Amino acid sequence: MNPQMNSSISDVVLPSMEINSQRRRLKSIALWGVSMASLLLVVLIVFDILFSVVSRGVPGLNWSVFTTQTSGIAGGLQNAILGTLMLIVISMVISAPLGILGGIYIALFADSRLAALVRFLSEVLAGVPSIVIGYFGYMVLVLQFKMGFSALAGSLSLAIITLPYIVRTTDASFRQIPSQYFEGAIALGLTPLMALRTVLMRLALPGVLTGLLLALSIALGETAPLIFTAGWSNFNPNLQLVKNPVAYLTYVVWTYLNEPYKAAHQLAYTAALLLVIIVLILHVLVRMLQRSSTKQA
Amino acid sequence: MRSARIRSRIFKVAAGVSAVSPLFVLLFLAIVLINDAWPAFRFQGFSFYSGITWNMGNMYANNTIIHNGVQGSPGATFGILPFIVGTLASSLIAIIIAVPISLLSAFALVYKVPPSLVKWISPIVELLAGIPSVVYGLWGILVLAPAIANLIGPWLSHLGHFIPYLAGPVGSGFGLLTSGIVLAVMIIPIITATSRDLLMQVPHLPIEGARALGMTSFESVRHVAMPLARRGIIGAVILGWGRALGETMAVLMVSGNAMNYLPANLYSPISTMASTIASLLDSAMTDYTMLSIHALALIAVTLLLISMITNLFARLLVQVGRRDIGTEV
Repeated sequence: MNPQMNSSISDVVLPSMEINSQRRRLKSIALWGVSMASLLLVVLIVFDILFSVVSRGVPGLNWSVFTTQTSGIAGGLQNAILGTLMLIVISMVISAPLGILGGIYIALFADSRLAALVRFLSEVLAGVPSIVIGYFGYMVLVLQFKMGFSALAGSLSLAIITLPYIVRTTDASFRQIPSQYFEGAIALGLTPLMALRTVLMRLALPGVLTGLLLALSIALGETAPLIFTAGWSNFNPNLQLVKNPVAYLTYVVWTYLNEPYKAAHQLAYTAALLLVIIVLILHVLVRMLQRSSTKQA
Repeated sequence: MRSARIRSRIFKVAAGVSAVSPLFVLLFLAIVLINDAWPAFRFQGFSFYSGITWNMGNMYANNTIIHNGVQGSPGATFGILPFIVGTLASSLIAIIIAVPISLLSAFALVYKVPPSLVKWISPIVELLAGIPSVVYGLWGILVLAPAIANLIGPWLSHLGHFIPYLAGPVGSGFGLLTSGIVLAVMIIPIITATSRDLLMQVPHLPIEGARALGMTSFESVRHVAMPLARRGIIGAVILGWGRALGETMAVLMVSGNAMNYLPANLYSPISTMASTIASLLDSAMTDYTMLSIHALALIAVTLLLISMITNLFARLLVQVGRRDIGTEV
């Protein structure tokens, strides 16, 4: 214990110790009551958010949402659902290999100074506000590189946002494996790549997958970096990746709430409901993965 | 075997290149932003941070003005003080609300709630961290703003006789307080989860010792367990603060989007730096002198600097905090 802390305890606590203990006991009970109330408040807020989304979103939920495209202020959400999927898939195709390889490198191969630098920079990148990435995407990808509002510009912006998370979780899950596993495999004559594939990957896999799912749910929920990179389209996305705007679900929630029409509001609520459902599913998957990885350890 | 070695070598190089990709992205980002922002700084100087008027100038005029060697529309002036104040004030309100609630919740989760219940409650709290920010905005519009306009605001404004900034008018419910509360809800899971993890690692012996010396159970948590985890908890708080500083969509939806106007009370409409970039980029593109775009880039640089500093500071404290608990057993 450091001496500074000891002095702080005696300063703070001793005077109050002299008051009769009945009062202190009551105070303790009261403060625990407040603590439980705080926790209850947080849980109630979660349920209120879920309830307000579900109660308003469910009435708009029918097959035509999935089978028709948005037209003006009404219609379905097929274009937004497919667009969101497309943006997430392309962004993961870019950021997952980069992030996983980078995470493996700093966990296993890099010398400690380079590893520390990359970890540090990933933290910095993770802290960049997403609208700043959006601005960057607009100025550089959309205008400078002439991609226009497009799936590629949007996906690249999302990839920048998710990359540091994937690096961090991959790095952490490989570092959890005792170093003897890797050293032993090398001593047995395996190349580092074979050691990775046969020994380490299996142990790190739940952690890496958890990171990918987290990155997925971040990409799913982002709006700010997409407004100025992906644009919006009333039509289903196609395979033309540049100069072809795409729709996505978070845009519907944000924009259609401002429209003065009931049908537009309903569409926004339904889009929010779909987002929350996907987030819930990802959340449960992450929980299951974490449970299976702790069981293994 | 030889080909296996070569493949392994190739893999290592590819991994090395991937590992430095965050570095390249950051460098590219910094160069682009600073390059974009520089003309605006030359045009406006430090009054960029002290002025309260944001005016992109008359974009239809054909006589552009030149100030300090930078071309702009006539009447253009860029002051972002209201956005800075909006950002700081809303995130400060978020911290003031979120910290006690998160800490007390973490206390309850670690020391009071039976483990069988924690198994259910913890994931529920953590779910908050995964909800998209537009859904928070939706909740803010549908539930929180009406509650503040009709219920919380009028009640709080009665206290306005004693406490500055609390007096009305309460307004529409879209403004500083609503933004602050929405941000608070967004950062509660960050602070709660980190504090809970830290407190769980605090060894039992000091707490039991404190109990044996006659401390009540809450005193032992407040004065023994929490100080042990203090630096880590402060780190988590700053991490949450950084999140609140950079949040765009939720704030954009509930802040009321004020311009050229400093908040007069707790219910005033505001804009934050992040929400301003999002709401003005479209119209700034119509400025053919590009000065408005440069000014937005300068906001982005400023925001980036502030959030980078807070984030780094926070990560450092969380790391040191983890070590505190590890060594002080």
